[in-house]
Amino acid sequence: MSTQLSTPTDRQSAQSLAAGKGEPNWLVELRGEAAELAGGLPWPKPEKTRIERWNLTAVGNYEAPKAIGALTELPADVQELIAEGTENLIVQRNSGAVWKQLSNELAAKGVLFTDLETACREHGDLVRQYMNQAVKMDEDKLTALSAALWNGGVFVYVPKGVEVEIPLQAVIYNDNADATFAPRILIVAEANSRVTYVDCVVSDKSAVQAPFVQPSIVEVFVKSGAHVRFGSIHSMGDSGVDMTLRRAVIENDGQMEWIIGDLNDGHTLSDTKSVLKGNGSNSDAKVISVGQNAQQMSLTTQAVHFGKSSDSNMVTRAVMKDSAAAIINGITKIEHGATKANGVQAEKVLMLSPKARGDANPILLIDEDDVTAGHAASVGQVNPEQVYYLRSRGLSKEDAERLIIYGFLAPVVSEVPVEAVRGVLKRLLERKLEG
Amino acid sequence: MATQFVINGLKAEIEGKEILKGINLEIKGGEIHAIMGPNGTGKSTLASALMGHPKYEVTEGSVTLDGEDLLEMEVDERARAGLFLAMQYPSEIPGVTNSDFLRSAINARRGEGNEISLIKFIRQMEGKMKELEMNTEFAHRYLNEGFSGGEKKRNEILQMMLLEPKLVVLDEIDSGLDIDALRIVANGVNAMRSEDRGFLIITHYQRLLNYITPDYVHVMMQGRIVKSGGPELAQRLENEGYDWVKEELGIVDETVGQA
Repeated sequence: MSTQLSTPTDRQSAQSLAAGKGEPNWLVELRGEAAELAGGLPWPKPEKTRIERWNLTAVGNYEAPKAIGALTELPADVQELIAEGTENLIVQRNSGAVWKQLSNELAAKGVLFTDLETACREHGDLVRQYMNQAVKMDEDKLTALSAALWNGGVFVYVPKGVEVEIPLQAVIYNDNADATFAPRILIVAEANSRVTYVDCVVSDKSAVQAPFVQPSIVEVFVKSGAHVRFGSIHSMGDSGVDMTLRRAVIENDGQMEWIIGDLNDGHTLSDTKSVLKGNGSNSDAKVISVGQNAQQMSLTTQAVHFGKSSDSNMVTRAVMKDSAAAIINGITKIEHGATKANGVQAEKVLMLSPKARGDANPILLIDEDDVTAGHAASVGQVNPEQVYYLRSRGLSKEDAERLIIYGFLAPVVSEVPVEAVRGVLKRLLERKLEG
Repeated sequence: MATQFVINGLKAEIEGKEILKGINLEIKGGEIHAIMGPNGTGKSTLASALMGHPKYEVTEGSVTLDGEDLLEMEVDERARAGLFLAMQYPSEIPGVTNSDFLRSAINARRGEGNEISLIKFIRQMEGKMKELEMNTEFAHRYLNEGFSGGEKKRNEILQMMLLEPKLVVLDEIDSGLDIDALRIVANGVNAMRSEDRGFLIITHYQRLLNYITPDYVHVMMQGRIVKSGGPELAQRLENEGYDWVKEELGIVDETVGQA
């Protein structure tokens, strides 16, 4: 396999595309700058996964979105992902939003929920304060590429003290491998606000057979005392490469919850990080994944503690089949001065095939004495004693193993915030586990 | 047909070491048999070999339940045929709720197309939990995870009550139980006594037999049943220990397969 060093964009093409879409000048300029940066920066280098061997350049070309008139125009598989009766929904198809909806009630409270392109046009000053701030565009080729090429996307803004009771949902899908598919999510929760956001990022597996890359960046700003729950399920086909960086910056007494289902069939780079900036800030991350066939995955969770008495918990559980490989990193970093911080992490891998690979790497980096931290990591097979016990009650070997595997993933599945999305997750899990 | 459970000349080994050296035992429906003996004499091996634990290899003999050859069956087939083993150390299964598990087990026994309705299941489960003085909260806990020793044993009896087996083996069900829990567990067993159900109670203390009166008592040593009698045998063992049995039979070391 050849090594690809080329960068699939440059200043001029990024700027002319943006200008052609009628984007504001600041954004055209920013995209150009990012495209130029992308040319000079290396790809990210996750531990023990050589992503440069993946097809990283198949970013395709922009496809102008065509808005739909009703949700029933969406493919049945996509409609299934939508929580019934929701009034707060964004749908992105390929390179742009085709549906957006926000209830009058939330709009009246000042909540913004729209695609990020629209937000840049209509709320440019607000977006500019935050975009590329949690994830700087010059970190590596991926961050620069996303800053240059992103399209559609989601912008959530919750004003001070506003509590959004009903989850906001986005469904982001592609059905054309040649179209650039680069969503970007930006969430800003002002002080003492509360919001739950869930998305499903999927590909139409029958329509999309050619290689494609989905570079994606999620930035979440959790202001003092705010509480953000972020649930995301990724299920793209085996010809896709998913590279998703998620990052939250959490201020005093803010709370961040991540619930991630990495269920792609193709190569996946997933990095979910909480920066616990404020005193008393809190982060909880739960990730599950199922690897099948020859797919390779790098799944990372990170918590960086700056705030005193900040608290983080990270759980990753992966089931590995066939000859799939997953490198699972958990990084808890406690900076000097973050006294009374507490960081806990656990990575567990269940191996269902002798040819599968699963590495769990817990890393604690602690520069402060007055803290507590803990980690647990395990890689193992289905425990034969457990199988024996269940079979001794009449369950067949297959049923016993299935119960144990679902039980292994249950701590994350049961936490998915929206029932409909939980149902989606269960269906996708079944498809991957029994397929 | 009344239940008939027959063990004939059963020999079994673990990692090449023979532990059971020819067990003969017949249990009819309605009967309670107790197997007693000091530690290391093969009692728990007998329980595991009957259930089909993968670590134990049966080398000789036969075991039949109502004429069906159990040794030919997989572990789950034995269970569906009506064998139940209440284990000394039940497994913990994280992420699987007790009620999901119990319902799966009941449905496995009932077979496809004959599944129990959810409402009926809940009613049955909660009824039996009440009999065992278990908090119904245990239905939603993960199977045996974080249960105390006594809670695990009660949960074993709960499963027995819901699965209504034909032949019940209780392996050291009394170990780790305080006197109240012992009484509750014994009541559960006594409530299940019936003409079409046999019991094999493995214990090395006589105290359980104060609550569950056996019809027959057998003493196991060196991987064999060396002495059998009625309930009075258990009483004598309680009072005098095992030394007189060893003396009578000329046994110096009663254990089997110890390094």
